[in-house]
Amino acid sequence: MFTAERVADAKDWIKGETGDWEVIIGLEVHAQVSSNSKLFSGSSTEYGSEPNSQVSLVDAGMPGMLPVVNEYCIEQAIKTGLGLNAKINLYSRFDRKNYFYVDLPQGYQISQFEHPIVGEGNIEILPIDSDGNTLDPVSVGIERLHLEQDAGKSVHDLSPDETYVDLNRCGVALMEIVSKPDMRSPEEASAYVDKLRGIVRALGTCDGDMEKGNLRADVNVSVRKPGGELGTRCEIKNVNSMRFIRQAINYEARRHIEILESGGSIDQETRLFDSLKGETRTMRSKEDAHDYRYFPDPDLLPLNIEQSYVDDLKAKLPELPDAIKSRFMDDYKLSEYDARILTADKIKSDFYEIVANGRDAKIAANWTMGDLFGALNKSGLDLNATPVSAKMLGELIDRISDNTISGKIAKSVFERMFNGEGNADEIIEAQGLKQVTDVGAISVIVDEVIANNKDQAQKAVANPKLLGFFVGQVMKATQGKANPQVVNKLLREKLGL
Amino acid sequence: MTDLTKYTLNDALDAMNKGEFTSEELTTAHIKACENATKLNVFITSSFEHALEAAKNSDKRRAKGNIGLIEGAPLGVKDLFCTAGVKTTAGSKILDQFEPTYESSVTSNMNSQGMVMLGKLNLDEFAMGSSNETSAYGPVINPWKKDEKLVPGGSSGGSAAAVAADLCLGATATDTGGSIRQPASFTGTVGIKPTYGRCSRWGTVAFASSLDQAGPIAKTVKDAAILLQSMAGYDEKDSTSLNIPVPNWKTSCDKSIKGQKIGIPKEYMIDGMPRDIQLLWDQGIEWLKDSGAEIIPISLPHTKYALPAYYVVAPAEASSNLARYDGMRYGLRAEGSDLNDTYSRTRTMGFGDEVKRRIMIGTYVLSAGYYDAYYLRAQKVRARIVEDFENAWHKCDTILTPTAPSAPFTLGRKVVDPVEMYLNDIFTVTTNLAGLPGISIPAGLNQDGLPLGLQVIGKALDEDNVFATASALERAANFNLKPKKWWIE
Repeated sequence: MFTAERVADAKDWIKGETGDWEVIIGLEVHAQVSSNSKLFSGSSTEYGSEPNSQVSLVDAGMPGMLPVVNEYCIEQAIKTGLGLNAKINLYSRFDRKNYFYVDLPQGYQISQFEHPIVGEGNIEILPIDSDGNTLDPVSVGIERLHLEQDAGKSVHDLSPDETYVDLNRCGVALMEIVSKPDMRSPEEASAYVDKLRGIVRALGTCDGDMEKGNLRADVNVSVRKPGGELGTRCEIKNVNSMRFIRQAINYEARRHIEILESGGSIDQETRLFDSLKGETRTMRSKEDAHDYRYFPDPDLLPLNIEQSYVDDLKAKLPELPDAIKSRFMDDYKLSEYDARILTADKIKSDFYEIVANGRDAKIAANWTMGDLFGALNKSGLDLNATPVSAKMLGELIDRISDNTISGKIAKSVFERMFNGEGNADEIIEAQGLKQVTDVGAISVIVDEVIANNKDQAQKAVANPKLLGFFVGQVMKATQGKANPQVVNKLLREKLGL
Repeated sequence: MTDLTKYTLNDALDAMNKGEFTSEELTTAHIKACENATKLNVFITSSFEHALEAAKNSDKRRAKGNIGLIEGAPLGVKDLFCTAGVKTTAGSKILDQFEPTYESSVTSNMNSQGMVMLGKLNLDEFAMGSSNETSAYGPVINPWKKDEKLVPGGSSGGSAAAVAADLCLGATATDTGGSIRQPASFTGTVGIKPTYGRCSRWGTVAFASSLDQAGPIAKTVKDAAILLQSMAGYDEKDSTSLNIPVPNWKTSCDKSIKGQKIGIPKEYMIDGMPRDIQLLWDQGIEWLKDSGAEIIPISLPHTKYALPAYYVVAPAEASSNLARYDGMRYGLRAEGSDLNDTYSRTRTMGFGDEVKRRIMIGTYVLSAGYYDAYYLRAQKVRARIVEDFENAWHKCDTILTPTAPSAPFTLGRKVVDPVEMYLNDIFTVTTNLAGLPGISIPAGLNQDGLPLGLQVIGKALDEDNVFATASALERAANFNLKPKKWWIE
């Protein structure tokens, strides 16, 4: 069974009446496999369709219907396993998990119990504290990954006394990814989910959309005295956002500590997280636990996978977030922080690479992270809905480096681009923002400014700080369009600095 | 005019090919026979109008030279195969009004080979039983005796009785532990369970998925060969279906068995077996010797564990397979005070005692704490049974055994004692556990004038030798007795 050797950093200990406590966390993440059809039937998996419009005879559990495994889902599970640096089991098997419920037409869920398709693996996570600082990396073990069918959806609020069932989701392939109890703080838990999400998105094996429930976590929490005996754990079901994961762990850890410190003991049970109240409550106790009567599904043959097939998938695996991050640090000379932000997911790293292509990597990073991500954040938009494309942002940077506009003007061009007024060239043209680099023209203005400020000009030799004042005056006179380097050069000459 | 119901399938197909009569005439004759045989209770649902229409269409196809393997043959279908637009009950109240929108792969194959379906035949509920007495639609009566009501065997009792009574030229059946072969033995008909995976299970109501196989019940070995050929074939919708071609088994029936080695397993000589069954077995050995085969004594040492293992594995799978009958989407529903109450009432009302018994046994053997002792151990026994046969095949080509340990018995006699009923399967379950082909052919009568069958077991996928050996026995036995048609008024 599980052991938990690592002791949390003292900063993560929770203070109780009787001393410090350590929280032990393990996660079971359910990730919906990205595939056009379900795990054992040809029905579509499209989200948001009319209720019960994507239900085959197999999904509805009609008499005599048989499952046939969707090989693409197998491929997706293996790719995910490879992305988790995990062992791919060449022999695996589907089992039936038996229980009755209205959203489970067959009366059993086809899952993998004894022989999952993916065995032990390992990923490295970088927790971030509440101030946004990156902490030391933590290695989190993967216990297993197995494939299983999703159930349908019960709808209780259409009628006061009836339950409606939508079977569209019934039979959709899920990957259940079980971690080892290797996390020691809410931040580590959410960093783990974030990392998993980045991996499956980079692989294209799950879209990671937590709002749609396509990625959701069951959180196992227990507490112990730092480094001491493991405590009894509770499982909190179906937590579907990073924030809720942290909230649920915090609440649950405190609840355990309070019970233990007042002389009580923890009942092993399954709990629900109430996101409105920010608390967990009992769903079912161990005594009520189902006996699922797992046994090998006799309708399906065991999966026997060739090593060459796995090798082939491995060779074709897309670059994963960790690899992209180290490449960004090596090739673009980005700081660890910049590289981490820019490789948080595939869309971000792809975006950045287009912006950085043939341009100054650091400037590209600053514009992408500072200006664009900032603006997106402020307007509550995702990167995939950005009004400023990578190409547009790149062109804006080009106009700075070819001296068409100054960096300062570029900020206002960016704002206009973000508001949908066109690309950089269009805005520069329409607003007449083109930088003046003509030395003769600037020279005339410099002369005028000096003439208008004779007193100051005389003091300038003794007080070179006054250069700034003159630069300001020239820029003001040119509405910021004068090339700052030229202005500086001319002023120095003419003021004798 | 001759009685067209007396034809064998093979002869009827030949006669239609020669233009001696049409499918419509043949079908009409069989419908009449069916209508006169209501006392036997073989049908749950008849589809005579549909059959006449199908027969006319078949005659039109024939006129165009479009002739399938079983073109225009009036046949019966066990009511476990889903048939599009025709009620499919599995012999259970829980599927009382269930009308599938889809056609099972087996009947779909047969339809494309020209089947004329007369209706859906009675069976033990969900194919669980050895006497057809667990059917929610009443027992089938064995045509062989008028005065004393005898069971036709089960679970394919309707199929066997219908063929024995000349109500159809052949019928589909299914066999999970002997449900084709034991009723064939009880009714003087031929029944073959092919190698597991020969026939698709798609669209056939499941009992125990790893054991269920479809096959025919027929009047002769050759008829069985023709029917099986029309039923079998790879189906991508069934993951356990075998992707290999279907041979021409009709020609296997004419093959000599000279030099063939026939194994006689000593473990099948059980205590308390009726003397006339032992004598018939000895007679079968002599017939095969006379046909030029060599008799080899063999041992299948784990045979005695087969029946207990079967009665763990089959109920385990059944308990899960039958979970879908919950009253939510189709079939019977008995409203209760809440969801669990509705489940409970529906299943209490919808299932009969034997089905409930097996669901409970199956649930028990899969439960935490009992799984290893029962289910896992049964699977180990199953592996030993497979090994037993593999070892035997080093010494012999086919195996000869009795089909059932008794002749047909009186209605109601064994249904009170499940264990005694389960013993009916003692000679047949081994081939289901090992996935092997097995055929039962009528070989003689017991002292009360009731039919007895012999079983030939073959290697996996070697139906060829099974048909050849069965045909040699059939020729030697020359069993051409038929029950008197006492049921016609």
